[in-house]
Amino acid sequence: MSDWRMRAEAHRAVRILRVVEEAEGFSTLYFRDALCRKAQPGQFIMVWPPGMEEVPMSLSTIGGESSITVKAVGLTSRRLTSLGEGDLIMIRGPFGRGFTLMGEKPLLVAGGTGVAPMKPLVEEMLSRGLKPTLILGARTRDRLLFLNRLRRLLGSKLHIATDDGSLGFSGPASKYAERLLDEGCFDAVYACGPEAMMAAIYRAAERRGLPIQVSLERYMKCAIGLCGSCAIGPYRVCRDGPVFNGEMLRRVLDEFGRRHLDPSGRSTPLEE
Amino acid sequence: MVEIRLAMEIGGLNLRNPVMNAAGILGLTADLLRRVYEEGAGAVVTKSIGLKPRMGHPNPTVAIVEGGLINAMGLPNPGVEYFLGELEKLRAWDIPVIASFFGETLDEFVEVASKLSEAGVDALELNCSCPNVEGVGILGSDPGAVKRVTEAVKGCVDKPLFVKLSPNVSDITEIARAAERGGADGLTAVNTLRATALSVEARRPILSNVTGGLSGPALKPVALRCVWEIYEAVEIPIIGCGGITTWRDAVEYLLAGASALQVGTAIMTRGLRVFREINMGLRSYLEENGFRGVSELVGLAHES
Ligand SMILES: Cc1cc2nc3c(=O)[nH]c(=O)nc-3n(C[C@H](O)[C@H](O)[C@H](O)COP(=O)(O)OP(=O)(O)OC[C@H]3O[C@@H](n4cnc5c(N)ncnc54)[C@H](O)[C@@H]3O)c2cc1C
Ligand SMILES: Cc1cc2nc3c(=O)[nH]c(=O)nc-3n(C[C@H](O)[C@H](O)[C@H](O)COP(=O)(O)O)c2cc1C
Ligand code: FES
Repeated sequence: MSDWRMRAEAHRAVRILRVVEEAEGFSTLYFRDALCRKAQPGQFIMVWPPGMEEVPMSLSTIGGESSITVKAVGLTSRRLTSLGEGDLIMIRGPFGRGFTLMGEKPLLVAGGTGVAPMKPLVEEMLSRGLKPTLILGARTRDRLLFLNRLRRLLGSKLHIATDDGSLGFSGPASKYAERLLDEGCFDAVYACGPEAMMAAIYRAAERRGLPIQVSLERYMKCAIGLCGSCAIGPYRVCRDGPVFNGEMLRRVLDEFGRRHLDPSGRSTPLEE
Repeated sequence: MVEIRLAMEIGGLNLRNPVMNAAGILGLTADLLRRVYEEGAGAVVTKSIGLKPRMGHPNPTVAIVEGGLINAMGLPNPGVEYFLGELEKLRAWDIPVIASFFGETLDEFVEVASKLSEAGVDALELNCSCPNVEGVGILGSDPGAVKRVTEAVKGCVDKPLFVKLSPNVSDITEIARAAERGGADGLTAVNTLRATALSVEARRPILSNVTGGLSGPALKPVALRCVWEIYEAVEIPIIGCGGITTWRDAVEYLLAGASALQVGTAIMTRGLRVFREINMGLRSYLEENGFRGVSELVGLAHES
């Protein structure tokens, strides 16, 4: 194991190239890393700003430059959004199984920071000649992340849903998704966002017999498939996920959208 | 053709094969342990369970190093009352379970062990590598304390009891003998070696707890030496643990005196298929070398 430093699981230091504030409390941090460059859309990394906790974050850009898009919710994520060019963060990964391509006309539904792993997925789909449609959902129009970039990529295949109706469809993205599923001729469904939203979209896809993939979040410690803290049913979100397909979801229906393990390993209701 | 037997007996437990997961590896929920069993383990071992729920240390809790991994999880666990529900499921599925446990006082060790034992586990594994046992300090390096705790637990439960030893001692045979005198039915050797890792860029320790325990291939030669020495010092059977990744490692441990094996870190590098891989390799080794069962290998190298 003389090459252990090159293992994805090993910590490495990266410098932040720049930080783009997407909306108030949402920032994208760009950096360069040889392993993240080759990640699959949907994979995540563990990010550790020294002195704080280490937390999981999806890769929101994959390529010569990589990025994470952070919503400031607590101590560590707030620290991350306050970093700037030249600051150092420690990362390890990419981890887990990302999205796989299904169908030719997939419908993608992203809520809040759920768009983070969806953006590289859209890019990959377009580069493979698929025709994705994306519903970008957020609480208000100011919180629609990557709006301009996605508009350029998708044109009229970008749909907007805001909870307050400030732009596009007024109401939950999942409700809008049901409407589009009934109108359009989609052959696959992808979702990432609040778990209640993903559960609603999962049910909508199942009712219509469409294949689905969603990206789940659970409390993570090791991120290398050993400790069990990210368990949902027989799966480890860090290793068997974070992307789950319909077959996997069917095995965890008593937990999906309902319950998760707290850091001690006790199952508790999900609240979002 | 002779039939090769991977099935074996250890401390009164009859298992379909000698390979199990190590304590703290996927042992937090019944569903994950069931998967470990379905992937081919001979028995499953739970996370070390204590009296009360513990969140564990903040992240980072793991650091990769050359040849292994350092972890400082901080014994997160849901507490014994909660965990009885998980054990209930495992029992309903008829999966052989070894419950790992710890306490912060002697009474706590006994209380947790009694509750786990009433839940119908097949055996117990006493984790004596927990740092702060009241009035004892680090339990695992004090032979008197190991004997007292083992005796106290054995006095209250009628399940096979394995005592899991720490390698962070100057003479592991002394602790092994203390556990044997205390009535242990077997020993698990070993837990992780105290270690640390620093980031030269961040100029600080990686683990929030500063130090943690080294596991994986880097631990193997030390753990194997421990098994060798313990085998010569006690009569009770040994479960070997530390860096086992392939069937060759498994055979080495058996030859050194282990009767059964636990696998942890290799699940990171090999995935859950590691249980089948090791068992298949063991079977071929036995077949090619004219053995009929794994038990024939146990301690064989001591005779040469
Ligand atoms: C696979 C995966 C991908 C993620 N991708 C993104 C992303 O692209 N952008 C983003 O903003 N957030 C993402 N998250 C969520 C992000 O990890 C949490 O928001 C972050 O950990 C919050 O930490 P904190 O210290 O700021 O907040 P805290 O106040 O410590 O916690 C707030 C909440 O964050 C969650 N959280 C805290 N620590 C962890 C942990 N170790 N593992 C999992 N969840 C934790 C818990 O739900 C907690 O209740 C992702 C999580 C997972 C599991
Ligand atoms: C993430 C992790 C958690 C662990 N948790 C425990 C635990 O709760 N109780 C215990 O006795 N040992 C625990 N251990 C130690 C293992 O059971 C085992 O003794 C050690 O990892 C050496 O085996 P390995 O090299 O095959 O991993 C843990 C190890 C790791 C890597
Ligand atoms: S965080 Fe997934 S197994 Fe440890």
